[in-house]
Amino acid sequence: MSPDSLVAHHGEFAEDHSHEPNNVFGFWLYLMTDCILFATLFAGFAVARHQYAGDVSGKDIFDLKYVGVETALLLISSSTYGFAMINAYQHRLGAVVAWLGVTFLLGLGFVGMEINEFHHLVAEGHGPDRSAFLSAFFTLVATHGLHVTCGLIWMATLIAQMTILKKGLTTVYINRLMCLSLFWHFLDIVWICVFTLVYLLGVQ
Amino acid sequence: MNLLGRMGWSDLAMLESPVIMGAGLFMGLVVVAVLGVITYMKAWKYLWTEWLTSVDHKKIGVMYIIVALIMLLRGFSDAILMRTQQAMAYGGHPGYLPPHHYDQIFTAHGTIMIFFMAMPFMIGLMNIAVPLQIGARDVAFPFLNSFSFWMTAAGAVLVNLSLVLGEFGQTGWLAYPPLSELKFSPGVGVDYYIWSLQLTGLGTLLTGVNFFVTIVKMRAPGMTWMRMPIFTWTILCTAILIMAAFPILTVTFGMLSLDRYLGFHFFTNELGGNQMMYVNLIWAWGHPEVYILILPAFGVFSEVVPTFARKRLFGYNAMVYATVCITFLSFVVWLHHFFTMGSSANVNAFFGITTMIISIPTGVKIFNWLFTMYRGRIQYTSMMLWTMGFMVTFVIGGMTGVMLALPGNDWVLHNSLFLIAHFHNVIIGGVFFGYMAGYTYWFPKATGFKLHEGWAKASFWFWLTGFYVAFMPLYALGFMGMTRRMNHYDNPAWTPFLEVALVGALLVLCGISCQVIGLVVSIRNRHENQDVTGDPWNGRTIEWSTSSPPPFYNFAVLPHIDSLDAFNETKQRGHEARETPVYSDIHMPRNTPAGLFMSVAAGMLGFALIWHIWWLAAISLLAIPVIFIVRSCNDDIDYYVPAAEVARIEALHNARVAKLELTHVA
Amino acid sequence: MTKRLPPLSGALALGALLTAGGCQNSILDPKGAIGAAEKSLILTSTYAMLVIVIPVIALTLWFAWRYREGSGARYEPDWGHSVRIEIFCWGIPSIIIAFLGYLTWTSTHALDPYRPLDSAKKPLVIEAVALNWKWLFIYPEQGIATINEVAFPVGTPVDFRITSDSVMNSFFIPQLGSQIYAMAGMRTQLHLIAGEAGTFPGLSANYSGRGFSDMRFNAIATSDAKFADWVAAARHSPATIDTADYSKVAAPEEKAPVQYFSAVEPNLFNEIIAKYMGKAESFHSGLKED
Repeated sequence: MSPDSLVAHHGEFAEDHSHEPNNVFGFWLYLMTDCILFATLFAGFAVARHQYAGDVSGKDIFDLKYVGVETALLLISSSTYGFAMINAYQHRLGAVVAWLGVTFLLGLGFVGMEINEFHHLVAEGHGPDRSAFLSAFFTLVATHGLHVTCGLIWMATLIAQMTILKKGLTTVYINRLMCLSLFWHFLDIVWICVFTLVYLLGVQ
Repeated sequence: MNLLGRMGWSDLAMLESPVIMGAGLFMGLVVVAVLGVITYMKAWKYLWTEWLTSVDHKKIGVMYIIVALIMLLRGFSDAILMRTQQAMAYGGHPGYLPPHHYDQIFTAHGTIMIFFMAMPFMIGLMNIAVPLQIGARDVAFPFLNSFSFWMTAAGAVLVNLSLVLGEFGQTGWLAYPPLSELKFSPGVGVDYYIWSLQLTGLGTLLTGVNFFVTIVKMRAPGMTWMRMPIFTWTILCTAILIMAAFPILTVTFGMLSLDRYLGFHFFTNELGGNQMMYVNLIWAWGHPEVYILILPAFGVFSEVVPTFARKRLFGYNAMVYATVCITFLSFVVWLHHFFTMGSSANVNAFFGITTMIISIPTGVKIFNWLFTMYRGRIQYTSMMLWTMGFMVTFVIGGMTGVMLALPGNDWVLHNSLFLIAHFHNVIIGGVFFGYMAGYTYWFPKATGFKLHEGWAKASFWFWLTGFYVAFMPLYALGFMGMTRRMNHYDNPAWTPFLEVALVGALLVLCGISCQVIGLVVSIRNRHENQDVTGDPWNGRTIEWSTSSPPPFYNFAVLPHIDSLDAFNETKQRGHEARETPVYSDIHMPRNTPAGLFMSVAAGMLGFALIWHIWWLAAISLLAIPVIFIVRSCNDDIDYYVPAAEVARIEALHNARVAKLELTHVA
Repeated sequence: MTKRLPPLSGALALGALLTAGGCQNSILDPKGAIGAAEKSLILTSTYAMLVIVIPVIALTLWFAWRYREGSGARYEPDWGHSVRIEIFCWGIPSIIIAFLGYLTWTSTHALDPYRPLDSAKKPLVIEAVALNWKWLFIYPEQGIATINEVAFPVGTPVDFRITSDSVMNSFFIPQLGSQIYAMAGMRTQLHLIAGEAGTFPGLSANYSGRGFSDMRFNAIATSDAKFADWVAAARHSPATIDTADYSKVAAPEEKAPVQYFSAVEPNLFNEIIAKYMGKAESFHSGLKED
């Protein structure tokens, strides 16, 4: 061992959400664990997907047009988030906030449509307590929806912190935006799996 | 709306029986006494600023181990109660514990020993040792680390609360449905189980992420993968296993909660639920969990044996490959926990064989420790005794494990006391012996003084003999057709074996008493046992190159690693390489109570959900993100220790060492 | 060194267990072909592993003694690698596991609980239902049912069909061999045969709640003639089970006494399974269909 003062300065520790790529790497790992969480839910759905218990099947309740619009909202919100990130790297706070605002509204629309879909199903007597299929369907889709909701709260928080609290586009905040960006795109990928495996295969 | 949810006077479990009342009163008295002592010593401020809000990995590690030791006492009391019950309850005698209590006790014993004894102990050891072994100043996310700890603590509080308020699950430690469904377990017991484990599980998951990033990103310069100490390697693999397995546990308990709270049908008998899905999922977590516990113990042995055999580890590369093999194989064996489900012969045989294959890398490890001792110069410290005890005991446990891996054997031994003996054989003889070795090994590093060797050795011998006396009879009882979890029985041939097992449990009690006495004696005589140099065992890895306990920044100047066993190399080369150190500013995180506050809110959320106190659930659910967001608005979360301050602390330490060395010479 | 004593006593205790075959009700005292095969499998696998376990324990104790500090034995602090020894470390366990793997493959197929036994005699079908906390046995061919007692002729293969009308249990007669889970909405199967007459304890091997410890039954293996007498005795019982009073029979009960039913709703077993299967689709995921 020899003293090495060159490295004593940086890279030794990183506080969460502050600097260094550690937090992006750590967040990425968290997303991998989230991936396993969703994989488990998909496995549960695969086991229960034909257990209708005399109640409705996917064919009876899925409206692909409606879900198509939902999907479009989420996919577009991913691109708008991308524009926010491009502007973030160019340190244009106003544009970042504007694009985040658009993303937020699209995400809100997605969540709203999902709540509406659930509300209709429950009102028509096809709630999650009616069959294993419906339990698995509601749980999988709602877990994704809850993730999107958390993303929205996070987005609103970041907007507020950067504007109202005047934190601006510091490295810390660009890193946080980067983490949320990973999260948002990840939820998009999960949704594509949901759309394919639950809805498209469900109406077959 | 009832402000207390479904809670009523009758839920005060203490009123139910003298045993529980005694336990509850004792627990209450201990809590009051501890709080009293803290108040009397006016230690609240010190405790708050130096410990409760600390983000220092060493202090968090110590707190984890304190939790583990307390929960060891709780879990072991359960064991004694069960052994006594089974030794009594034969031939029409009901024993002294009715099923309602007995069933809670065996459920709590398993849950506590795995989740609140073994896990915190393991995480405590890795908190203390890993950043020091890799030459880091702290973990990657110190605040998250504090949060993880407090989540585990919150879970532990909920488990203990169930002793006095309400009841614990009566389902066995994995809560198989449909028994754990609302229809068959309508009380709060299963809800206590679910929420305490969800809290600690979340904490553990975050710890996994935290340590993976720490080890990947923050190793000292020059520490390549193949220069990492084996303990760090095992923790890296453990972190991978945690990240891959704990999300499954979270989802599984989540599904069970949805069944219980909102009438879903994941695992119910009715409307298409599938109980075997739960069993598959819980073991998809549960089998990796076994390796999450044992790999760090293997890591400890790999540090202890070379240190006390005064020799380098035999087959370092093989050890690394074996660890990585075990990590991946542990995900393809889960079905061996239910060969009796009725799978096809091909499926059963496949999982039987994969299970056996794991014993190859495990066997390699045993041989490697063996050949590390070969041509060594072994010092019989208590740590080495734990290791020797492990090597002999663990091969027996491994053998019975491979026996159970043959489906043909398992069909008669499944759920028998043979199984109980087997997993206690590997968990006591492997996991626990390893953690005790690690506890004794790193104790001086964490506290600055050594544990009393005499009491430690006495404790080892009691544990070893106690283990054999307690569990060898259970192997026999398994052959005699006795299943686990029996409250009473009518086969007189079993009784003598169960009485011997009780004697074994009492020997273990002596072992635990020796540990407690040893700890008290060591604290009292801490000035005599002081670890002046920071290197009490003539260690080989760099955690021994800094002082004991290390300064909060761990290393005044980060070491540069040129080899495996870097510190040993340095010592071999002599001190000719020592230059006057050049200090620079050190970047450190500030302490914060946010993790503690969030966990308190999470604990309240769990409590509220258990008792259906919806208003409290809503408030605490809201509180968690609010606290987090408030903290995220705070930019003042870190600071620099000026180089001059580092120099001052180091000079102070050097002066103290010089003075003590002088008095020792005199 | 006193340190050899406890491990040695442990090994002795283990040896003692393996010879504890004489113990009553032990799985090492099997009374049927399946149980006997499983006993021999336990012993074979144990011996195969002792080949390596005993030398490892002996070597551990020997090295511990030989290389203790102050023994003056050869000391090589920097020796840490030897290709020859490492080949041995990986090779020996691999050979033993290869043997055990082969044994696993063949024995798992040979002893598969679903595999009908080779016998000239026609198997006796018995349907077993786990209830809280008792066993209901239905003899579809004889049209009788019992609680907590099951009888069958020696030398006749018994085809147990198992389900649960409650939580998960495990159907197990230790001296006859394998156990299998009883799960609601699913039907598992177990083929057993008794080689000699006797009354063997049977039990649930999977914890199922409050009354679990008393969830036991007697399995009576007897001659063809005595079995016929037993069936006749059951047929004289005044009690019967039809769909209406099944719920009374199924009501939770601890320490349930033995009971005979002279008649039983013919399709009761399938109805018990069907009521959990939902109306739409069959439900055997992960389980064999027959």
